[in-house]
Amino acid sequence: MNILVCLKQILDPEVPARDFRVDSTKLEAEQGAANLVTNIFCENALETALQFRDRVGNAKIAALSYGPATAEDTLRKALAMKADTATLVINDGNSKPDPYTVAVVLAAAAKKLGGFDLILLGREAGDWGAGQTGGLLAEELGVPCISFAESIETAGSKLRIRRQTDWGYEVFEAEPPLVLTITNHEHNVPRIPKVRDVMASGRQPLTKWTIRDLGIDAEAARGGNAYYEVVELAIPQRETKCEFISGDTPEELAEAFANRLAQIAGAV
Amino acid sequence: MNDIVMCLFTSDGFDKSAQGLTGAARRLAEQNGAQLRAILLGAGAGELASELARFVDKVVVAEQPEIAEYSPETCLNALAQLTKDARVVLLSNDSYSQEIAPRLAHRLHGSAVGDGVGVDMHNGVVRVTRQVYGGKAEALIELKRSPAVVWLRSRSFEPALARAVAGEIIPAAVDIKPDTRTRIVERKREDSGTARLEDARIIVAGGRGIGGPEPFSQELQSLADLLGAQMAATRAACDAGWVPATWQVGQTGKKVAPELYLAIAISGASQHLAGISEAKNIAAINTDAEAPIFKHCRFGVVADYRKLLPLIRERLGALCT
Repeated sequence: MNILVCLKQILDPEVPARDFRVDSTKLEAEQGAANLVTNIFCENALETALQFRDRVGNAKIAALSYGPATAEDTLRKALAMKADTATLVINDGNSKPDPYTVAVVLAAAAKKLGGFDLILLGREAGDWGAGQTGGLLAEELGVPCISFAESIETAGSKLRIRRQTDWGYEVFEAEPPLVLTITNHEHNVPRIPKVRDVMASGRQPLTKWTIRDLGIDAEAARGGNAYYEVVELAIPQRETKCEFISGDTPEELAEAFANRLAQIAGAV
Repeated sequence: MNDIVMCLFTSDGFDKSAQGLTGAARRLAEQNGAQLRAILLGAGAGELASELARFVDKVVVAEQPEIAEYSPETCLNALAQLTKDARVVLLSNDSYSQEIAPRLAHRLHGSAVGDGVGVDMHNGVVRVTRQVYGGKAEALIELKRSPAVVWLRSRSFEPALARAVAGEIIPAAVDIKPDTRTRIVERKREDSGTARLEDARIIVAGGRGIGGPEPFSQELQSLADLLGAQMAATRAACDAGWVPATWQVGQTGKKVAPELYLAIAISGASQHLAGISEAKNIAAINTDAEAPIFKHCRFGVVADYRKLLPLIRERLGALCT
């Protein structure tokens, strides 16, 4: 079983709102002092793949990222988590390519790497949160897609995939090849790589390709906005003044707080 | 026939989400002198059609046995046929619609964008407003291809007004080819109660600081019972396995809009705040006065919930009697 996991490096989404700025010319967030991290849902996807490999044994996991040169860090971490191989397609064009562009690039890279049974992606990224790359990649490759998946098991020659819905879950039986978008779940919290593996990951081979290596329309890929374009970006002003409830004793405090709750609850 | 088309899965009936979607679609159609066609997919579409017909020009009923129950590949095939002449396709932000919308756009050679809180059209170009960076910023996105396929945070939109003359109801003319490469073999509901969290008027929510599953099922639940509230949680609490994943509120999770959201031991990570930006009143109990949640609160208290909740429940109990 050959598994491809696509990973995106993003600006740390935990940056507090008070430190968050946008560049109104480039129409994206300023990095400031924030770190670049792997999108959490991509790590959930990698963890899901690793656990599947642990169970079935004979699986290989390839990590793939499309991003700037710094995205090498995301792939080194994937290697440290024990992905088998890593490939970076360098984005030297639009720094926020639309999801269709990303899907075209990932599809070309997946074909060039060749022969995948399963392709896993995060359900969405913590920066732009479009939630489209997985579905569009499935269409580019002409394979089915199951979204918001949380676990994969084998069932004879088929796979059993459990995915979350608004109201619970659904279990699918499916045949590879298949694209899955992965959501967070208590069983796919990403593992912390061992220090030894982090050290080793720096020395492991890592394939780097440019857009031109993929045989796609490089100009369109570098433009990155034929599908959609961000035309405005702003930080909404939401001023709320918190009234801190106080009291001389815990009882007084609880009473004042409960009264406020009851006031609103009663009006509902 | 270049219509505005709205697609609705029938599983939730004509709920607040469906009503908001209808309202958004109606306004977009009127502003652009377009006809509004609704496609109803799934079992029970026939019954729902007469209700929906009061708001739209045409209802297309797609309830063939092959698509009576949702399956992504088969429903996508059917929907791609039914929307092929659309100018704009609008969907809600339920999991089925989110799953299908980007792929539908691809099949129609159009563009998709999701989780919209505003949508309009100028000179034929569709623009959508949506939150990005975990709710810390708002972006306006221009769709470059036609049709525009947009899934909306539909509960945020005002419902439509009923019209004097009901729209026409017609059966869907669609050639359904069942696709068995993926097949749903089990469906399980894990709803916390009878009502949906998205429609709850009062929500009691807990975060990582709650510390385990028991306080959720005991301390918080009994407070929720007193307030007539539903329960919710942050991603951290769901990932810890303390509560079901269906309780998760945030950028990826439920987007809620209650009159009162009581955040207990929730620090207020932006991805959580993105799910409660439409709450009318947010109140918090947290031991850390610097917790970001307080920046979004109408009122709050700096305290340990373990000490405070029993006293609050006592007072609420006294007020109720």
